Formats: sequence, C-alpha cells, structure tokens
Amino acid sequence: MRGSLVPLLITVGVFLAGTLACSLEFPHFASTLVLGDTLTDNAFLGVVAVGMTFVIISGGIDLSVGSVIAFTCVFLALAIQRHHVSPWLAFPAILAITAGYGAGMGALIHYFRIPPFITTLAGMFLARGLCFVLTTDSIPISHPLYQHLYLYAIDLPGRGKLSVIAMIMLAVVAVGMVIAHRTRFGANVYAMGGNRVSAEMMGVPVARTTIMIYMLSSGLAGLAGIVFSFYTSAGSSLAATGVELDTIAAVVIGGTLLSGGQGYVIGTFVGVLIQGLIQTYITFDGTLSSWWTKIAVGILLFGFIALQRGLAILSARGTRAVAA
Amino acid sequence: MSATSARLTRLTNIPGSAQLAALAAVLLGNWLVFPGFFNIRMVDGRLFGSVIDVLNRGAPVVLLSLGMTLVIATGGIDLSVGAVMAISGAVAATLINAGTPLVLVVAAALGAGLLCGLWNGILVALLRIQPIVATLILMVAGRGIAQLITAGEIVTFDDRGLIALGTGALLAIPVPILIAAGTFALTTLLVRGTALGLFIEAVGANERASAYAGVSARVVKIAAYVWSGLCAAIAGIIAAADIQGADANNAGLWLELDAILAVVVGGTSLLGGRFSLPLAVAGAIIIQAMNTGILLSGLKPEFNLIVKAVVVMAVLLLQSVRRRD
Repeated sequence: MRGSLVPLLITVGVFLAGTLACSLEFPHFASTLVLGDTLTDNAFLGVVAVGMTFVIISGGIDLSVGSVIAFTCVFLALAIQRHHVSPWLAFPAILAITAGYGAGMGALIHYFRIPPFITTLAGMFLARGLCFVLTTDSIPISHPLYQHLYLYAIDLPGRGKLSVIAMIMLAVVAVGMVIAHRTRFGANVYAMGGNRVSAEMMGVPVARTTIMIYMLSSGLAGLAGIVFSFYTSAGSSLAATGVELDTIAAVVIGGTLLSGGQGYVIGTFVGVLIQGLIQTYITFDGTLSSWWTKIAVGILLFGFIALQRGLAILSARGTRAVAA
Repeated sequence: MSATSARLTRLTNIPGSAQLAALAAVLLGNWLVFPGFFNIRMVDGRLFGSVIDVLNRGAPVVLLSLGMTLVIATGGIDLSVGAVMAISGAVAATLINAGTPLVLVVAAALGAGLLCGLWNGILVALLRIQPIVATLILMVAGRGIAQLITAGEIVTFDDRGLIALGTGALLAIPVPILIAAGTFALTTLLVRGTALGLFIEAVGANERASAYAGVSARVVKIAAYVWSGLCAAIAGIIAAADIQGADANNAGLWLELDAILAVVVGGTSLLGGRFSLPLAVAGAIIIQAMNTGILLSGLKPEFNLIVKAVVVMAVLLLQSVRRRD
C-alpha cells in the first residue's frame, strides 16, 4: 500500500553518495558541527515538509505554506514585541488560527470541488496580503525566550550542537511517521491518494479526512513559522517567499509519488537533508553562487520525477507480462 | 424558479456577459473613486491617462494569459511563465550590452522562450508528467538560469531601440499595448483561423476520445506550451525594456498567478476544454484595472493580494455552483 521502497532507497543512496563525495573533497565536512547546523538551518523546512507529505500522498498540493509561515512570523512579532503578549499565549493562538485557515481551504476543496492548487493559490495570496496589511516592516523579536533559546541546545559528540528548533523538527518527523503508518487517519490519506472514489466506497470519511489533511498542513506551516521566528528572531512579511516550492521539491526528492497514494515521511526528511547538503556544499566551496542551489534543486527534481515515471512504466510492463 | 431569475439566468448564460459586467463594474468603481479616470490627453505625441495606463501596465499579463489560456484549455497549467520572463529579459539585456543588433537580440530572447516552452511541452506530452509539477521544475530552476546569464547582477542597458519596446509609442499608442494587441490577433488567427483551436479543445475535453478521432495530443500539447513560452518571452522583453534592465529575481515575479487568475476570471475551466482568448484578455484587464483602482483610491497597495484572492475564490465558487445546477 505504501508502495515500492525503490524511490526511498535511491533517495537515501543519493544522500549518502553526496555526503561521501563532499567529505572526500572537504576534510571537515563529515562532522557533528555540519550536521547540527544543517538540521538547524532547515528545521522550518523539515516541519512544513511533513505536512506537505500528507497533502501530496492524498493527491493534493498546498501552495499556501510559505505565506502561512510569513503570516505566523508577522503575527508573532506584532503580538510579542508590539503588544507584549506572552509567547506561551501567542503560540497556541497562531497554531489555532493557521489550523483553522487550513480547515477552511480543505472545506472549499471538498465541498465545492475546487482544485487544491487553485484553492491554496488563493490561500497563498490571502495570507501574504494579510501579512502586508498587518505590517510592511521587519520587526525584530527581543523577548527573553528568543534570546535564551540557545541555552537549551544539546551538545553532540564533537563540536556540534542540536538546537531546540532542530529537536522540534525531529519530533515532528517522528510524530508524522507514526501518524502516517500507525493511525486510521494515515491509512485514510493513503487510500484517498490511491483512488479517491474507491476509498469513498470503502467507507473512508473523505470530507473529514480532506479537511484534516489541509488543517495538518497549515497547522504545521504555523509551527514552521514559530520555528522560523526562532531562527531569524524577527517577523517580516517578505519572509519564506518560495518556500512552498522548496517544500514540494523536498517531498518529491524524498520519493513521494506526486500522483498520490505512495510515499514516506522519512523520505521527505532525507529530501530536506539533501537540499541542506547542496547548500552546505555551496557554502564550503565558496566560489559557487547561491543561485546554483536553485539549478541543482531543479535538476534533482527533474531526475526524481523522471525516475518515478520510469518506475511507473516498468511496473506497468511487469503487470502486463504477468497477465500474459 | 421565478420568471425574473429565469431571465437573469438566461442573461448570464450569454458567454462573456459576466466578465463584461465585472469589467464595467470595476471601471465604474475606478471612475467613482477617481473622477479623472477616463480622461485621456496627448503629451509629446503620446496618449496619457489612467485607461491607457491600465492597458499599458496590463500588457505583460495580457500576453501571459494568451499562452496560459491555450495551456489550460489542454487541461494543463504553466507555472514557469514568470521564470521564463526573467530568462528572456536576461538574454535580451546581456546580448544588447554585447553589441548585438536589436533584431538578433529579440530573436534570441524569443528563442529562449521557445526552448523553455518546448522543454515544458516535452515533459508534459512525452514524459507524461503532471503539468503542475513539470512546469514547477522550470519555475524553480528558471530564475537560477536567469541569474546565471546575468552573472547574478541586475544588468542595465541604454539601447534606445530595446527601451522603446517597453516605453515608446507608435501613432500615439504605447508600444506594449500594440505588441499585446498584435500577439492577441496573431494567436486568435492561429487557433481560430485553423483547426488548432478545435484540436486544443478536443484534447482538453477528452484526450482519449480525441486520440480516437485522430488528433495527436502530443503535438497539440507541445504546441500550447511552446506558445506559452513565446508569449512569456515577449512579456519578458517588455518588462526588461520598461525598467531598462534585467532583474533575474523580480522580473515577472508572481505574474504566473496573475495570468492563471486572468484565465480563470475569463471563464476558461481549469479542467480543460472550451476556452476564450478575448475573455482571458478581459480578465487580465479586469485585474489590472483593480490594481490601478486600489492605487487611485488611496488604499494601501498591500490590499491588492487580498482583493485578488477574494475575486478568484468568488469566481470559482460561482463556477462550482453553476456546474452543480
């Protein structure tokens, strides 16, 4: 049901080969310092990518996540910095707001049969527009919680540190794996992505599941926004532009089938690490410009999509051969 | 259903009536917040005025929506048009600074757009990758390619010929409007003067049935994506000429969404099938008129995105309700 392991194995293989190649070129590459930094730098991406994995497995897409992250950052900056709301009140509030936002999009997708990509496109406009209306400034957050967060990092063997936001990301990945593979909701998501009509006939509550999927995705985008605000200690309405694309790329590189029905949360995590690896390589190299990241991600994206097509054609031939 | 609402339904079933009513409403709204909206005057042999400004600023989105209409009619989508604009602008700016004649510069920029469209078309039609994803690749990598061409800088130029394509005027009409109108005429001629439009609608409505009828979905789809790439390249040249430079990061940013919005407002179904080029153009002008109206009314331009989001959802909900009836 969760599909072939081949894409996942290839993803892991690409990551290991890439790490090996980088370690051979740069002696200091394979260290806990680099590992800890990669996890920290990509923590928000990892959090939001887990939600996107569920959306894509269900056969949908969520283009609004980048804007929802930005909205969260702006909301937190205004609430905590300008209006002196306690973060412990602001965090649950924004999580409830973003989850409700996702539930609204899910309801539109299900009840009005509007394609997910255009619904979430409108959601992207709306969330980004709300950011701009709230403020066009970049507001630094100087609450004690934000300033002292680094105190809670765990030392890794070597010089590396596991930051709080990296721990949040790892926890989200772990919980995401349990939800995907061990709960009724997870099974429903796979069933809907495999074949929506037969899933409905088999008694999958399609309406509730669709709404919950987009709730989960937007809610995790809200959590990613909290993580991003920790990472940058600021709220800016221009934050996280284009993150929806990085997220989709991470999910696809992680071996999830874009047509839905197959995929692994852990694969998405490796997909995020591969993007982190590319960025780290470019930083280590020093002569390459940052735009090579975009091109490299584009090439990887193409490679994995072509691979998915190839595997699909091969498996179709295999079935035909068995039938004959 | 009462007699009035039946008459109303009949009225709203005339194709384009809703769009024209919306356009009229937006223009009326603009006139109310800014009484000088319809004033046009002549300065230095060139027409000036808010209406002209709407058409001039709307030209890039009109161009994008022409190609996007054909792509959406085949049941696809092209997310890469903004990135293609950046690429063609980068090609044009770099070549003109190298001393290349204007004709070759334009040809090279259009060629770049054509290649991008061909790439998208091959991914969709031959490799059968879903259009959202296939064009996402170029959307992600395209701006990287554009930055590669400009070496990561904003390349400025001062070639009068190229600048004229974005800011000049011919017979008192701004050149971008003429280019957009010309491309619209050419596209209409191409799809309605030949059977191509019929083929596009056939493939979008039912690919398998049209294949049995002898229509090659592959050729039709590739043609649609190539046309979209070409239109995006033209828009990219205009955008670069307008600011006298190629900005790989910001040229055409988010315009793919405006173009999709224009096509949707124009009543073309996102599921493919029947399409209308004039109504897509009307959709693009509605969007630009709203943008201008928001600016003229003194509202913060930040409200733009919210208004667009509300409009697109309203149109889609109306379509959804009508489909169910």
